Amino acid sequence: MLTLKQRRSLTTALMGILAWGVALAIFFPIFWMLLTSFKTEIDAFATPPQLFFTPTLENYTLVNERSDYFHFAWNSVVVSFGSTIIGMLLAVPAAYSMAFFETKRTKATLLWMLSTKMLPPVGVLVPIYLLFKDLQMLDTRLGLTIIFTLINLPIMIWMAYTYFKEIPKEVLEAARMDGSTLFQEIWRVLLPMSKGGLASTVLLSLILSWNEAFWSLNLTASQAAPLTALIASYSSPEGLFWAKLSAVSTLACAPILIFGWISQKQLVRGLSFGAVK
Amino acid sequence: MADLTIKNLKKSFGDLEILKGINLNIKDHEFVVFVGPSGCGKSTLLRSIAGLEEVTSGHIYLDDREITELAPAKRDLAMVFQSYALYPHMSVRKNMSFALELAKESKETINSKVAEAARILELEPLLDRKPKELSGGQRQRVAIGRSIVRQPKVFLFDEPLSNLDAALRVQMRLELARLHHDLKATMIYVTHDQVEAMTLANKVVVLNQGQIEQVGSPMELYHSPANRFVAGFLGMPKMSFLPATVVSSDHQGTRIQLADGATLALPVNGATLHKNSQVTLGVRPENIHVSDPSESDFTGRLDIAENLGSDTYCYVKTSSNETLTVRTPGNFTCNFGQQIGLSLELDQCHLFDDQDQALPRLERIAA
Ligand SMILES: Nc1ncnc2c1ncn2[C@@H]1O[C@H](COP(=O)(O)OP(=O)(O)O)[C@@H](O)[C@H]1O
Ligand SMILES: [Mg+2]
Repeated sequence: MLTLKQRRSLTTALMGILAWGVALAIFFPIFWMLLTSFKTEIDAFATPPQLFFTPTLENYTLVNERSDYFHFAWNSVVVSFGSTIIGMLLAVPAAYSMAFFETKRTKATLLWMLSTKMLPPVGVLVPIYLLFKDLQMLDTRLGLTIIFTLINLPIMIWMAYTYFKEIPKEVLEAARMDGSTLFQEIWRVLLPMSKGGLASTVLLSLILSWNEAFWSLNLTASQAAPLTALIASYSSPEGLFWAKLSAVSTLACAPILIFGWISQKQLVRGLSFGAVK
Repeated sequence: MADLTIKNLKKSFGDLEILKGINLNIKDHEFVVFVGPSGCGKSTLLRSIAGLEEVTSGHIYLDDREITELAPAKRDLAMVFQSYALYPHMSVRKNMSFALELAKESKETINSKVAEAARILELEPLLDRKPKELSGGQRQRVAIGRSIVRQPKVFLFDEPLSNLDAALRVQMRLELARLHHDLKATMIYVTHDQVEAMTLANKVVVLNQGQIEQVGSPMELYHSPANRFVAGFLGMPKMSFLPATVVSSDHQGTRIQLADGATLALPVNGATLHKNSQVTLGVRPENIHVSDPSESDFTGRLDIAENLGSDTYCYVKTSSNETLTVRTPGNFTCNFGQQIGLSLELDQCHLFDDQDQALPRLERIAA
């Protein structure tokens, strides 16, 4: 028989192994992508797959020669940040009114908003494409920003709503009694109290926008094309070039990975510092 | 000046009418307590005054100015919430100065007002702490401090002590009474605790199911309750009620017969009563005395006795199986099930008609 102490350390060990397993499984594709991006095309195809090889930077040089990385990256940045900022400007007031001035129909409205995410996007591709064509927004950053805002808004409102729900409404009422205007109440009391949650909402919106491919591919050509469109351009015409595809993917993922890594610490801190009560 | 008048105030949530026509006047410097059972609409009334709830109909005036539709910020009222509702991301100092900053007061004014409030409430050593680093009582003090720095016309309190433990509650109750005296402020205080109501108020407003049952000083309500609800709500332990029928009555007095056969003559104006109509006798524990069975008004069987040291409360079952609460001295001893005689102070008893309204007591004629 194991003692209680032994059993506890065994559980800890097993949980640790499990956690590492999951983490490795999630990380492996990224690791392999990174590895492949430094191989020659021949090494990239080799069977069995090679873990050790002579690294080369030729893929990166080639990608740089063939396409203007920074043009695509800048589009990604503008569109992700633009849609996130507009999204937050809409989501915060919407979530505020739903969380603190709830009516009979609030829950239904929230569910309905979320249900639009269950529709396959391709179902509305033609109408949206035609609308964009008529409005001359095809291949514009503005058009893509609007689309990203719209597709992420339900999730942003839902998240902000959940975080706001945790804030006791008396604190906002106290601010109202203290003489704040609606704007001061939101800016000086509500936002500081929910900054951790809102930061994760912002981060999620950035990641979703950055990684969005369906609308990027269908609504942009060259002018407004973000990094996801750049990746796709390497997978098509002359067949697959694994090493170059990996290089361009690495370049596309790097900014958001680094950004996520930096803000992760901020997020955890925000979440624990913002704790109410 | 702070003179608050409420006229025919009604408030519904959906189809449910919560406040059913409230009329009330609160004068400058008064300490008014709204008391009533949980769910009777006390908080809703207070929040309507504060402007946090929109009223369905009716009017609220503060010194001749109608404030019914005014935003909370413009009403010149301060509120202390049951949950304290401090700003968790601000220090104690910031919590107190927030309203003054919003009002664009000068730095010196803000500092001196905050310092003054901190001195009154003994918060000086805590000014730079965050609310989560404070105990319940300290948070309560900050919440009060936040309201006093603004020097509002009226202070509103919604059950401010109910989250504190019993000892602290008593201490804070005394401090609130002192604060009311020192600030010469007008205060409206909501509680379901009748001890707080009795000890703090100049004026008690008893609410029940969205209506005012009675308004008056604590002693008026205690000694001359307008109806059975008020009589039963105030007083600890509760007033006992015994059903009875009228034997004879006129404006000189009323004779009633209790269910167990005893008859009593009460100095109560019974002009509105009829022979044989149903009435209820109300008697407080301190107005019943244990006496020798042979010379008592009626007898009962002792059910349970609770000795509190200074007093012993005896719960006595009458022969018709009603329970009476009797206050006896702390040294009173008696056995369970023992028959005891009971005498009533008839001029302190209350009589309620079949609508539960109190019948007027006869003026005692000076001998
Ligand atoms: N926002 C609201 N929506 C619907 N019903 C409410 C709301 N606020 C209070 N009520 C109802 O109004 C009644 C009175 O509530 P309240 O004023 O809080 O009572 P009290 O403070 O006397 O305990 C309760 O039955 C409560 O359920
Ligand atoms: Mg209440």
